[in-house]
Amino acid sequence: MNTIRLARAPLYAIIVSILLTTVVLTTTNADPVAAFTVLFSGALTTPSRLADMIMLASPLLLCAAGLSISFAAGQYNLGIEGQMTVGGVAAMAVLRLYTEGDSVVLLWLGAMCVGTVAGACWAGIVAILKQYARVSEIFVGLGLNFVALGISLYMVFGPWKRPGVASMSGTEPLADSLWLPVLGNTRATVVTPLIAIGVLALVWWFLRATQWGLEVRASGLSQAASQRLGVPAIRRTIQAMLVCGGAAGIAGALQVLGVYHALVPNLASGIGFMGLLVALLINADIRFVAPLVVLFAVLTSGSIQLPLSLSIDSSVSGVFQGFLVLAMIVARALLARKERG
Amino acid sequence: MDKLILDIAALIAMSTPLLLATLGILIGERAGVINLSVDGSLLLAGMVGFGVAFTTQSVIYGFFAAALVGATVALLIGYLGITLRLSQTAVGFVFALLCTDLSSFLGNPYVQQSGPAVPAWAIPILTDIPLLGPILFRHDVVIYAGLVLIPLIAWFLERSRPGLIVRGVGERPEALYARGIDVVRVRYAAVIVGGALIGLAGAAYTLDLKQGWTYRHMAGTGWIALAIVIFGAWKSYRIAFGCYLYAALQTVASRMQVNDWEIPTQVLQVSPFVVMIVVLAVVNSLSTPTVQAWLQTVPAPVRRLFTYVTSPAPASLGKPFDPAG
Amino acid sequence: MHISIRNLRKAFGPVVANNDISVDFAAGQIHGILGENGAGKSTLMKILAGMYSADRGDIAIDGRIVLLGAPKRALQVGIGMVGQDPLDIPVFTILENISAGIRLAGQIPVAESFDHWNSVLGFELDPRAHIGHITVGQRQQVEIIRLLITGSQLFILDEPTTGITAAQIDALFVALRTIANAGKTVLFVTHKLDEVATLCDTVSVLRGGILVGEQAQMPVPREQILQAMFGERNALIATQSGQHHPNGTVWKLTDVFMHDAQIAFGPITTTIAAGQIVGLAGLEGSGQTLFLRHLAGMQLPHSGSIVFADTPLRAPRYDNVFLPADRLHEGIIPSMNLVEHVQLLHRHLLATGQTSREKAIQLIADYNIKATPDMPLQLLSGGNQQRAMLALIPDTARVILLEHPTRGLDAYSAEAIWQRLQERCARGATVVFFSADLEEVIRYSDAVLVFFGGSVSRVLDCDALSEQALARLIGGVGFAEVAQ
Repeated sequence: MNTIRLARAPLYAIIVSILLTTVVLTTTNADPVAAFTVLFSGALTTPSRLADMIMLASPLLLCAAGLSISFAAGQYNLGIEGQMTVGGVAAMAVLRLYTEGDSVVLLWLGAMCVGTVAGACWAGIVAILKQYARVSEIFVGLGLNFVALGISLYMVFGPWKRPGVASMSGTEPLADSLWLPVLGNTRATVVTPLIAIGVLALVWWFLRATQWGLEVRASGLSQAASQRLGVPAIRRTIQAMLVCGGAAGIAGALQVLGVYHALVPNLASGIGFMGLLVALLINADIRFVAPLVVLFAVLTSGSIQLPLSLSIDSSVSGVFQGFLVLAMIVARALLARKERG
Repeated sequence: MDKLILDIAALIAMSTPLLLATLGILIGERAGVINLSVDGSLLLAGMVGFGVAFTTQSVIYGFFAAALVGATVALLIGYLGITLRLSQTAVGFVFALLCTDLSSFLGNPYVQQSGPAVPAWAIPILTDIPLLGPILFRHDVVIYAGLVLIPLIAWFLERSRPGLIVRGVGERPEALYARGIDVVRVRYAAVIVGGALIGLAGAAYTLDLKQGWTYRHMAGTGWIALAIVIFGAWKSYRIAFGCYLYAALQTVASRMQVNDWEIPTQVLQVSPFVVMIVVLAVVNSLSTPTVQAWLQTVPAPVRRLFTYVTSPAPASLGKPFDPAG
Repeated sequence: MHISIRNLRKAFGPVVANNDISVDFAAGQIHGILGENGAGKSTLMKILAGMYSADRGDIAIDGRIVLLGAPKRALQVGIGMVGQDPLDIPVFTILENISAGIRLAGQIPVAESFDHWNSVLGFELDPRAHIGHITVGQRQQVEIIRLLITGSQLFILDEPTTGITAAQIDALFVALRTIANAGKTVLFVTHKLDEVATLCDTVSVLRGGILVGEQAQMPVPREQILQAMFGERNALIATQSGQHHPNGTVWKLTDVFMHDAQIAFGPITTTIAAGQIVGLAGLEGSGQTLFLRHLAGMQLPHSGSIVFADTPLRAPRYDNVFLPADRLHEGIIPSMNLVEHVQLLHRHLLATGQTSREKAIQLIADYNIKATPDMPLQLLSGGNQQRAMLALIPDTARVILLEHPTRGLDAYSAEAIWQRLQERCARGATVVFFSADLEEVIRYSDAVLVFFGGSVSRVLDCDALSEQALARLIGGVGFAEVAQ
């Protein structure tokens, strides 16, 4: 009974969020039907747009997978954007060592590894301050987002600036041979989605089938009780944050290698926060990570068409996503309440 | 000397919107409700405030609309957090993002428009007081309001009976319930009043300090405001000090840039965050058991100093209250 | 205020806490309400105080039926309650605690009336002191004054003598008599027969949610009351204490100083013998928690050494198991089931679950836990949760440390818990516990340590102690003679 009723939550949430978004759209005299059509299908119309969607979905999947673990450990990792950014900066530092004739594959691996470690370290600061100094992970994380952005800006405008004028468009692009190979004429690479799916599979397996995953979940539910039962809860919580930071860091490195081919200041560009929305939406059920990541990527990529085709601001995709998450949380709560009577 | 006076006056002016936001957060949190949506609420309220002022050509309507927006967002957060007892952190975060996007979407027509602004108004007589006159009394109504609110809210929370009840609800709601208080109503009232103040803060940006509207006009400020409330240990005066300190750091940062240090502005602008994290870490670690145990071994005056620095959060902050159990 | 209760019923799910209760409480008297733990006393009182709403039945004040259902309404008609752990605000001062609340019509200024009642009742409270810094007994006094100031006519005291000193009990009794003499009604809830005999004008006995017999004017023969409280079973006959034989030393403390944010004490030099049940007695907050957590290795002493099983104790050990009072926060993981709990204890790399499931099913049978392996533990009753916690103690445990082992449990569950603990003890484990219930300490311990005023007594033989003697000791009377 319980599960049957709760299963209706997504349906209600979708209806309500579409209605609310329609209201918002009509206040600006936009045509809701046309807008939703572009939102949902804009990303799927041409191979190139589909490729862009995949290149957005991949880092989003990495972030959401990582956040599934940090959420399981009971941590609100709002610092994920910063973790992604330092991952990108660190990867760029490795890639700049390239001279003609070096092994490209080795450099790619190096960049990804260093990016992962950098993201993990950035999350480690948050985790350690939370566990040992009791500072809210939310504020340290957010603060470090700004700091990471500062570092990235410093590199773009300082040591790594383009010959001539430094600009927000980023550093000098990487040598062509360092770009991850793409599919046909699109911007999609094979490597990025494969890594993202691989990481999701690993996260899934670790959370569901290993003692480590069980201990992380136990630590997230009750640190004191876990410790009493012999679980090294502080260590597990920190490890969960490190894994999440690492996933974000690899996402940052892949943004440099496969999307921007340079270090741009705002490398994360809201992907981490969108990952948080996905993580809130799935309610700790990792089965839904991949489908929702694709949905969010479709919406966000689709919205890029809106200003051109309908003169509607692209931020409407964020509005719709926000409404969807809220409606989902509320629907779940109301249905559960009705269940209790 | 004159330059210093002007600097201090400027500091007070530029801290005002942040101050209003932090005081709004304070009122809600003292009753035990976290409004984590501040960053988005500020943007949405600021945008609406500017839009209304632009359309009606009335700053007053603008502020009124902004307060209404802030209060409405707070009401929704109250419904989800207090009535439905959902995680206030999760709900607030979603609202922060949602309101930001809403402000971008709905604010599109107002981008780069020039609209009305709060007129400057030096208070007669007071403005001629040496030193204090130029520092305090040559601003505008919004800034005066901010200055008055600091002691007013301090008095309300620490000295008045309704304030006592608000604090009690944030500390141990079940005790206040047993004393006949409608905990839910007090919490709603506190978070809505706080939300209205946050809304006013948004308009204080778009109609006063950073006049006009652009995408993500003052994004990031809300998160800083939330951190300053922790830094200020949930006490009005210390929060005000935190706001001024933050503004001072930013001013120093931008001065250093003018002095051509080859450090980009963006880098210096993040320095307050580093300071904030370090301060939070130090202040918070003072309340860990290890340090507390150590405090038992030091002389009483030292202990009192430390206890003053580490005033703890309201005990029921963010915790839902269920009268049935 | 004359209060009449007619046909009152209250159930929590399938458990009927109060069934068809009809009773009258006359004004100007102190009414004792007796019953063992879980008899339904607290539920009845909480209904009167507006904390719970009754499912059925009427409550009338001076002949007029009133609708309660919220503490606000109860206060407005003049009913106030002092809980066992008073519902007050630790960071507030005494005066602030009294001021925070609804203001009733005709109420006099708080500060003046506080001074008035403080002297009339002979309390020595400093209105500027913080609640967090005073004793439970003083907090009760604050609550009583608060109710007097808000004009309460009916005073409910729920187990007020648990955890307060003998002197404070005397002061409380004098105050309650003063209040009753002023024409107000006092309901005194307890499970201690002697207190009713000393203080009360009438007695009503609850058993299993039902009012047993009629309300009777005191004095009533002791046997008759016991018969009413316990029925045919009479008092629970537990296995007598003192039957375990010490067998070597398990802890050796040398010059130990311990402290946390609230309390600091020492030096303690003592040894605790293996294979027995040791009770820690003292007022709430006298350091028993801290002492227990040091024995568990969860906290390290400020100085001195604690040797456990011949090795210095520096961290929690798998064979040194601690069961906290706060089950839902420290004891178990509420939303996880028994299989997962077993899995957490029996650490394998892969959480396959099959062996853990078999083990969980075994524990459910062995410990008579009313649950399925897949039920989240938060859905279990308190007694079943406590049994589950005991079940999860590995067989290798050398010692079991418990805070309030049976708090909040009904008499049968409590008895079952103690049977398990005694079995463990008979198999060679050492049990150390503390409880606010001195009767429990006396009944089950082989040896007792008394905590008072920042120090700890010698290990006292429990056979030589009566409950009254222990009550005096925890209040400091004669403590010097047993101190180290």
